[in-house]
Amino acid sequence: MSVDWSWIADHTDDLTTLTVNHLQAALSAVFFGLLISLPLAVLAHRVRPLRGLLLGLSNILFTIPSIAVFVLLLPVSGLTRTTTVTGLTIYTLVVLLRNTVEGLDSVPQKTKEAAKAMGTKPLRALLTVELPLALPVIMAGVRIATVMSISLVSVATYIGDGGLGQLFTDGFQRDFPTPVIAGVVLTLLLALVADALLVAVQYVLTPWNRRRREA
Amino acid sequence: MIQFDTVHKRFPNGTTAVDDLSLDLPEGGVTVLVGSSGCGKTTTLRMINRMVDPTSGTIRVGGRDVLDQDAAELRRSIGYVIQQSGLFPHRTVLDNVATVPLLLGWGRRKARARAAELLDTVGLSPDAGKRYPHQLSGGQQQRVGVARALAADPPVLLMDEPFGAVDPVVRTQLQDELLRLQEELGKTIVFVTHDIDEAVRLGDRIAVFRTGGRLVQCAPPAELLARPVDDFVADFLGAERGLKLLSLTTLAGVPQGPAPDGGRWTLALDSARKPLAWHDTETNVRTPLRALRDGDSLLAALNESIAAPGGLVARVDSTGVLTGVSSRDDIHTHAGAAHAQAALTGNAPSAPTGPGPGEGAPAKDAAA
Repeated sequence: MSVDWSWIADHTDDLTTLTVNHLQAALSAVFFGLLISLPLAVLAHRVRPLRGLLLGLSNILFTIPSIAVFVLLLPVSGLTRTTTVTGLTIYTLVVLLRNTVEGLDSVPQKTKEAAKAMGTKPLRALLTVELPLALPVIMAGVRIATVMSISLVSVATYIGDGGLGQLFTDGFQRDFPTPVIAGVVLTLLLALVADALLVAVQYVLTPWNRRRREA
Repeated sequence: MIQFDTVHKRFPNGTTAVDDLSLDLPEGGVTVLVGSSGCGKTTTLRMINRMVDPTSGTIRVGGRDVLDQDAAELRRSIGYVIQQSGLFPHRTVLDNVATVPLLLGWGRRKARARAAELLDTVGLSPDAGKRYPHQLSGGQQQRVGVARALAADPPVLLMDEPFGAVDPVVRTQLQDELLRLQEELGKTIVFVTHDIDEAVRLGDRIAVFRTGGRLVQCAPPAELLARPVDDFVADFLGAERGLKLLSLTTLAGVPQGPAPDGGRWTLALDSARKPLAWHDTETNVRTPLRALRDGDSLLAALNESIAAPGGLVARVDSTGVLTGVSSRDDIHTHAGAAHAQAALTGNAPSAPTGPGPGEGAPAKDAAA
């Protein structure tokens, strides 16, 4: 397999568009996943009986094959970006929900109690004490969900979307490896860069852990 | 200041944590709640700031029923110190201390200025304010915990085994510090511990609880030690309760004579006439000593008289200069009299003033 560099040179615009497109789909999924997971995780954390139910449900959703998810969504939202993002969001839920619940669980009882005893009301305690302390575990989930989504976007090629995944079908159909290789490399790069950026975000957001490592 | 009126607390699992408690805590004193684990002392404390609500009965703080007040607002008006400090690991020390002022809406600048002031009050450097709790030692963290509780200048301070997790040396320091602070601030402090020695050191009053959440006796330390109401309290105070009583009495009244001139044991003094050691004229060996001031406890004197080779205790004035010596016999006689008087009146004849009285005093090794 050799790379046809001239093809790449001729298609830089297309490649850029596809990459941006790909990233948009993945990041939207993580964003909506967080939007749904955070309140559900707080609920699962506070109301014990709901915990098993919600985590179990997200597990079951995760076991549905990805192509099936897109097919099942077709009657609802058709061959659109919405279908892609909805499908990917469903997959992020299992990681984001579980990690957010575990993150909230990891906040020391003593600390929560201190917040209460100082006169912090529950919502403020959640926003200013519990979530910040849960952040490292939540961020671990966000990293996994992001990388997972970036790799999963390609599956949406079956419904006419799929970002960089379109390069794979194109290459296979024409028996021309260059687009396939370009697609793989770009997907990998996207995942690596996104993960590195998230590590940096976490570093900025958790100064107390930073100094712990230095200490 | 804090009144418990026939308070019961039964938990959902059926255990009675507090049983028919009526107790009145006057303003501006340290009340120590003691008892073995599961006796309801912590529940009692936590009912004051509504961390736990009573099953029945009334608790009033400053005359107002706590149940009539918004729990969060009530808690902001009461200082709270917990074991292992319970500091917020993600906030700097300064912001930890500023917690309640911020909740009260003082604004960040004013809250931080107040926090910086308090760090100084509890003996921490301004530099410590920029650090995170995990970067401090256990003792320093506990000081931050106290500073945080004091931040909004609440009249009442609740302390739940605050010094339980630090080593004995640091604990003694923190206790001294608390006594010093209390002298300055005159808060109404409720302090929970299972350590009777800590209770005797810190308490103006000690309330002894028995398993099942019953208050057995509430009295000043000397009265408690001299006249326990029953065997349970006596057992709880331990076999050395007579000695503990001596920790509450000073050496001031014990007669002193001139330092021995001649004989086997003589005092070695420095040029300022401060005692250095006992000198054995036969073997030429020196034994270190601990010279005592009038404010030191009789227990410390008794300890020193046993440790000193000649049975004599060197006495010094507040600057450390020798004033005379007291004999083991005189100390003994005085200790007996003090104990008898306490048993009669329930008051220690005079309370020690200096820090580190009683069994906390380091015993200089006589064999050294």
